[in-house]
Amino acid sequence: MASLFQRRRNKATQTERIRERRHEGFLRHADFRWAKISGGLCLLVIISYALVDVTPRHNGGSWYGYTLGTIGAGLILWLTALGYRKRKMTSTAWSLKAWTSAHVYLGLSLIVIGTWHTGFQLGWNVHTLAWALMMLVILSGLYGVIAYATLPKALSNNRDEMTQMQMLEAIRAFDRQLHAAAQPLTPEDTAPVLAALEEDPFAGSIGARLSGRYPKCATAAALRTLSASRSSDAEAREKVVGLLSQKEAALTRLRRHLRIRGLLEIWLYVHVPLTFALIAALSAHIISVFFYW
Amino acid sequence: MSEPVKVAIIGSGPAGLSAASRAAQLGLSHVLLEKTDHLSDTIYKYQKGKHVMATPNRLDLRSDCRFDEGARETILGIWDEDAASNKISVAYHAEVVEVTGEKGAFQIKTAKGDIIVAEHIVLAIGTQGNPNRMRCPGNDLPHIIYTVDDPEDFKDKHITVVGSGDAGIENALGVAEEALENTVTILNRSKDFARAKPKNVSDMMEAGENGSMSIRTETQPKLVEPGWLTLETPTGDEKIECDVIVARLGSVAPRAFVESMGIEFTGPDREAFPKLSPTFETTVPGIYVIGALAGYPLIKHCMNQGYDVVEFLNGNQALTPADEKDLAAIFAGLPQQKSVSEWLEFLRTRIRIFADVSPLQMREFMLDSKIAFYRTGDVVFEKDEPGSSLFAIADGQALVEVAPGVTVPIEEGSIFGEVGLISGRKRGARIRAGADSIFVEVSRTAALKLMGSVPGAKRVINRISLERQLLQIFKGGLTVEDLAPVVDDAEVIRVPAGKVVLQEGDAGDDVYVIRSGSMVVEKDIGGKPIFLRYLPAGSYFGEMAVLSGAPRNATVKAAVGSEVIKLTGAGFKAMLAARPQVREATEKAVAERAQMNSFIESRKASYSSAVDLYSDTATFIMKEGLGEATDALLIDENLCVGCDNCEKACADSHEGLSRLDREAGKTFAHLHVPTSCRHCEHPHCMADCPPNVIHRGPDGEVFMEEGCIGCGNCMRNCPYGVIRMEAAPPEKPSLLRWLLTGFGPGPGEPSPKWTKANMPEGKKPKKIAVKCDMCKGISGGPACVRACPTGAAIRVSPEEFLSIARLEEDAG
Repeated sequence: MASLFQRRRNKATQTERIRERRHEGFLRHADFRWAKISGGLCLLVIISYALVDVTPRHNGGSWYGYTLGTIGAGLILWLTALGYRKRKMTSTAWSLKAWTSAHVYLGLSLIVIGTWHTGFQLGWNVHTLAWALMMLVILSGLYGVIAYATLPKALSNNRDEMTQMQMLEAIRAFDRQLHAAAQPLTPEDTAPVLAALEEDPFAGSIGARLSGRYPKCATAAALRTLSASRSSDAEAREKVVGLLSQKEAALTRLRRHLRIRGLLEIWLYVHVPLTFALIAALSAHIISVFFYW
Repeated sequence: MSEPVKVAIIGSGPAGLSAASRAAQLGLSHVLLEKTDHLSDTIYKYQKGKHVMATPNRLDLRSDCRFDEGARETILGIWDEDAASNKISVAYHAEVVEVTGEKGAFQIKTAKGDIIVAEHIVLAIGTQGNPNRMRCPGNDLPHIIYTVDDPEDFKDKHITVVGSGDAGIENALGVAEEALENTVTILNRSKDFARAKPKNVSDMMEAGENGSMSIRTETQPKLVEPGWLTLETPTGDEKIECDVIVARLGSVAPRAFVESMGIEFTGPDREAFPKLSPTFETTVPGIYVIGALAGYPLIKHCMNQGYDVVEFLNGNQALTPADEKDLAAIFAGLPQQKSVSEWLEFLRTRIRIFADVSPLQMREFMLDSKIAFYRTGDVVFEKDEPGSSLFAIADGQALVEVAPGVTVPIEEGSIFGEVGLISGRKRGARIRAGADSIFVEVSRTAALKLMGSVPGAKRVINRISLERQLLQIFKGGLTVEDLAPVVDDAEVIRVPAGKVVLQEGDAGDDVYVIRSGSMVVEKDIGGKPIFLRYLPAGSYFGEMAVLSGAPRNATVKAAVGSEVIKLTGAGFKAMLAARPQVREATEKAVAERAQMNSFIESRKASYSSAVDLYSDTATFIMKEGLGEATDALLIDENLCVGCDNCEKACADSHEGLSRLDREAGKTFAHLHVPTSCRHCEHPHCMADCPPNVIHRGPDGEVFMEEGCIGCGNCMRNCPYGVIRMEAAPPEKPSLLRWLLTGFGPGPGEPSPKWTKANMPEGKKPKKIAVKCDMCKGISGGPACVRACPTGAAIRVSPEEFLSIARLEEDAG
């Protein structure tokens, strides 16, 4: 274990900077340092739980339970501090990657610390509520880890070197061309094109954004109508159909982009509020425990 | 013909105005000739409200006109007042077309046909030149303009832009902005747009496609009438509506005009200046050149020179230049006591590179230089220290530590430190003073200017630097004498990016040394070029064939625009023969390279996909211009979640502005090169910075110090688009306050809307250049890397990133 804590002092003076030569993700950070620490911690808890004899039985109120409870509560507060830490720029040597790595692995270790703290006594009360909220926070975090590990590649592939602004700009460019190209069309052909022009690329419910399905997409509808229509001049219509399908492709790319970004972020809207609920329940749990005394 | 005057001053910019004011104050008969109807046309044409800076701060202003930094309007107003109060005699609309005669009776002919007779002429015409005019009938109508100050001045107008160089396209794009509702047409005489930058052409084409501009090629104006313009098109004449014509037809550089008076320049290249005496007199007696045309683009210099030149021609011999006290301060720390001019003469006669430098240039160079006294044994600089300045030995000698305990002396009059100057790389060896010595340290910019304007200095520096570079590479007790046969035949070759220097399989035994830039080595394995190695400046190649006599075993091509020194194989062999240790060391290096080559070849057979990926990644990185990078941000898109924390950290670590654009830039195999500074080996941004505030810091970072004048040269010179011109936003409320109360814009760069709303009353911020400084002065290192939650962002140098160890890890 000693080697794990032997931190390479990042003496990042201006003449000698420690630099990484390769990309190393937060899960692998420093050769899985925090996975090892967290795993060791869990092992320690499980073994000591079996070895320590608490009468009448293991529960949160024993000295052993209090110890685990204090460690757990401390960890929860520290883990919450990531939200502040990641936004706070300081000038000293620290890395958000190392924090994320520790956050993930120590957060997972709470499953053991928290559950073993209960002594497996669960019920319908505020204490179990705190435990259940903690498990939900961890579960949502677990989703986050999986999303972070798998989705960036898809985001990168879909983006194909375009920025979000460029995707929007591309759609606007098609809109301008459509506007000009649709002038010779008959009124019944123009209407769906106008509807497509008025469509806001960002519109759509959360469901649509996360699933990537937009059944009421005006561009797709206009494309269907005009492909089937026989009313306007064929050449002009063909040009509009061509532009519509190009716009649809651009829209699909943007929507896929927004979908993946949404999937990368949506869990935070569960993870963070649940954390605050957890802290509230935890406070209630700790205060009520003092009444038992 | 009017009364003869003592002095005619041509050009009413800061230099000319200051000269005329001095002449008026001294009671000299004078005339200030200005081609337009207002003073100082160059500054007059600045964009409305532009903040004009007053650098260099340490230089005192010596002029009868006032000047301090401020808005364009304020400065022009003050100058108009000063011109009136000094009672300057100004002739407006007096464009000089010809100067004849000689000192005492010059005849100056203006475009209107007036002749002015003057004893002396002061040329202060700047470097902008005269815009070419339209030539068709109606070309004198007032709605033809030659610049666009502010595109927003034009709303709902029919505008025709004539000329499709960069200036024309940029103006057309400006006025074609959708919100202005102008109808814009751009005319091009030929079929293609060869003179403009590709980026401008593609922007214009896009504007053409989406209908915000109409682009007409092979079309020229034929007749201008109020409200209408007749065009000559390939299909006949056509009349279009036209309220404003913007003519951007290039300009006539002033050099031809200056030369027509018989004034000589220092050389044929574009950077050359007129040859001048210490009193600004040209090679034509009686004609003086000051200001930007003399090589001083800063306003304060110009104004001081205006004052000085009139004092000089009025017979004031005792006047010491305004920089005298600055120069005295530079020499103050030296043990001997001499006057400034004695010191300058001392340096000029002692130091080889200063031999051909004029006294005026000498003053200029010393202002950008330092001079110091060193006791025997004092360290001047350490090995591997970054630094790009050049040292010259005025007195004593320097000792180079080529190996531990082995030193080589450099004699008085010579130079050292030139490798950093030419290749931009770190110092190659430790230098000590070999005796009590005086060394002059010339900054990189001053040294480059010296090389540009004094050919003799350039030759000396090039020869010495080549010798030194070879001594450093081939070590082992070589002497300058051993090198003579190699250096005499050496040839410096410029290689554009991507050009092959050596082709695998070709015969030949020339050896090449990379002087600047970098090379990549590739080998054809299984019909595909495989990347073997990246060679930074200061490396050499081609030596294998000399030793083995076999054909070239790999292809070497330039990663970026580079300069190589070609040494003949025969000379190289002679050098090796003279020094067996050198031969031994070279053979050892060759063996190492050969071993690495065979390692990659052997891997190729068993792990071809890893080798292919390594090779393709290297090719991609070189294509993105990282061949000239020393430290670049690379993002692994397998890890990047798009949180933009890197950008936010960048903004929050500096004055609220981000220096990188994560999303923009190219990607290969999920390796993304974002738009961010690479700290190039030869920074393009440094090339033309009037106040000289871009420097390379101790950690290799290219940074800007205070004093940017906001001219935008660096932004335009950067090929990677990583410099922004932006004003710092006001300070944000603290992070805790934002987290708890939601007050303020939160982490990262605030939105323009918030900035506008929260800017303190009456404060108009200056737009200055903003670029990455690699978080200089922040002990933890670059914030972008530290703030990445997933480890997607790292900063690397190409040789670290493309090391062979990477391939070994990948191949297992």
